[in-house]
Amino acid sequence: MAFQLSPEQTREADEIIARYPTKRAACLPLLWLCQRQTGWTNDEVIAFVAEKLELSTAAVKGVVTFYTMFHEKKVAPNVVWVCRTLSCELRGAKAVQEHMEKRFGCSAGGTSTDGKFTLLKAECLAACGQAPMIQVNDDYYEDLTIEKLDAVLDQIAAKTPEGK
Amino acid sequence: MSNSFSPVLTKRYGIEGSETLAVAEKHGVYTVARRALTEMTPDQLKDEVKKGSIRGRGGAGFPAGVKWGFLNPGPDNQVYLVVNGDESEPGTFKDRTIMVKDPHRLLEGCLIACKAIGAHKCWIYVRGELAHAIKVLDKAIAEARAKGYIGATPFGTDYPIDIYTHSGAGAYICGEETALLNSLEGRRGEPRLKPPFPAIKGVFDQPTIVNNIETIAQVPDIIEMGGDAWAAMSRLGPADGGSRLYGISGHVKRPGVYEAPVGITMRQLIDEYGGGMLNDERPLKGVIPGGSSTPVLRPDRLVDAPAEDHPLHAWHGKSEIDVPMGVETYRALGTMLGTCCAIVMDTSVNMVDVARNLMRFYGHESCGQCTPCREGSGWLVDLLDHMAEGKGKDTDTQLLADVANNMMGNTICAFAEGTAMPMLGLIRQFTDEFTEAAKNGTGAGRMDDSALALIGAAP
Ligand SMILES: Cc1cc2nc3c(=O)[nH]c(=O)nc-3n(C[C@H](O)[C@H](O)[C@H](O)COP(=O)(O)O)c2cc1C
Ligand code: SF4
Ligand code: FES
Repeated sequence: MAFQLSPEQTREADEIIARYPTKRAACLPLLWLCQRQTGWTNDEVIAFVAEKLELSTAAVKGVVTFYTMFHEKKVAPNVVWVCRTLSCELRGAKAVQEHMEKRFGCSAGGTSTDGKFTLLKAECLAACGQAPMIQVNDDYYEDLTIEKLDAVLDQIAAKTPEGK
Repeated sequence: MSNSFSPVLTKRYGIEGSETLAVAEKHGVYTVARRALTEMTPDQLKDEVKKGSIRGRGGAGFPAGVKWGFLNPGPDNQVYLVVNGDESEPGTFKDRTIMVKDPHRLLEGCLIACKAIGAHKCWIYVRGELAHAIKVLDKAIAEARAKGYIGATPFGTDYPIDIYTHSGAGAYICGEETALLNSLEGRRGEPRLKPPFPAIKGVFDQPTIVNNIETIAQVPDIIEMGGDAWAAMSRLGPADGGSRLYGISGHVKRPGVYEAPVGITMRQLIDEYGGGMLNDERPLKGVIPGGSSTPVLRPDRLVDAPAEDHPLHAWHGKSEIDVPMGVETYRALGTMLGTCCAIVMDTSVNMVDVARNLMRFYGHESCGQCTPCREGSGWLVDLLDHMAEGKGKDTDTQLLADVANNMMGNTICAFAEGTAMPMLGLIRQFTDEFTEAAKNGTGAGRMDDSALALIGAAP
């Protein structure tokens, strides 16, 4: 089925487009708007944004593939990014990643056996002074210990319905 | 040492609710913008910023007042202000504190800067991961718009100013100013050839000033105190003025962001602000001073500047970490001040493993337009992987240096230098460790030995 925005989102999209001197400039904000609705940036989303902004689908696809936060594959309801760049690695990022891999039953890049979490590796997330840290969806969890990490993941898991 | 200094930029950080307009205004925010927009001319504003001699806080340290002077718009041009909140340089986490803890002061800076450079539109480009900061900023913008500070008639003047956020979507290279402009235009974030510089032809082909978040957030302080008084906070004299944010992460007791005068020393940053080394048994081995692209310093390396006209002569024979942190002093030291956010490493760390972590980052983030950068960064990773895993050859250290040297000066943007320079710096400062690794590998390849107990992980 072709991708659609709700009437309210359509108003938001039009308001965003009006901010810029070119339609094309609304490409990233619109992709964000759509991805927040669908969870990932599939071909229908790309076709929708291309039509809305009068761009070729190739142009929009080229944008999507450039940025790591647009998911080209379906992901679990919770995307966990674990920062493994230097400041975090000095403070235990590897142990954090290993712990999650064990807990989720998958390695980085995969999805947990219960289907609730996708685990991805991130580069420096601008929270180096609060290392080690992870990002889950829009939120940062910082100054982690293994205990705190488990508490955070327990809480998120409890709020996430079962199912792949 | 930090006795006579009281924070300026961060003075509202601890105030509950300072991200709301009501609280921010109660603590003085927007009084400067009101005065700047209703009483001051663009030339007066530019003059104060020039006197403040603020060096850009995004990494290159270019004087903001001089950059603003490059604008020379024609009658049909529309000048834009673009504020760089990409904050992706590993080790750097300072701009985020401004966006989240004092967003209205940042907006005040945007308003003043727009007036000074003749812009009516400003975009704050924030990396996509900082969704929370974007929400805080959007809310602050909405509040300021509702109050009439942003919009058609800010503070009752007929000088319309619009401010918007624009979210990135995960790509380090979008911090490079021309890549950022492409990203803002809805394109892949690939850097553009310079010249033309953004001040001549920037976003949407119009003259554009790109400044870092911290640079813009300091503008209200400069106008409020007057450029000269603001500049005088610095311990390094008139060419590098003011106070600035220092970040410190890695093996220290109190990692975090601290405001201090320009020109404190790295030793002070580590001991007085960072609370000293994390583990008292493990002294400082090396410190990456200003984000991952800046060459490493070592405390046991002494400044060699016997000639009296050498810029570092005053510190001849002292440790590298006792030189005041400034744009020029650090350049003379063979490194860069960069983003002024230090990564501290104790003696448990192997510098080949450090290189491997950082080069993997660069290999991952190269945009791929230039062959030396795309291929070179990949070769560095391959070589370091081999070395670390004990599969290296005698010639590998030299080969690493050769590859890094060949990346410099041959590319569209400074990313390649930002990759090669720290690589060469690590080799220069810790040659023995590379030679040793080429023979025998680095062992476990872990760097969190000092921190594992702290996070409650099994060693
Ligand atoms: C590879 C690369 C990455 C950069 N990343 C950032 C960044 O994340 N934030 C930033 O403010 N400047 C970054 N810069 C510097 C910008 O290109 C630009 O110089 C700066 O935003 C100008 O602001 P300033 O003069 O106020 O420092 C980067 C530069 C390069 C070459
Ligand atoms: S130097 Fe590297 S990051 Fe910069 S434009 Fe060339 S390939 Fe891209
Ligand atoms: S290194 Fe992990 S947030 Fe910067």
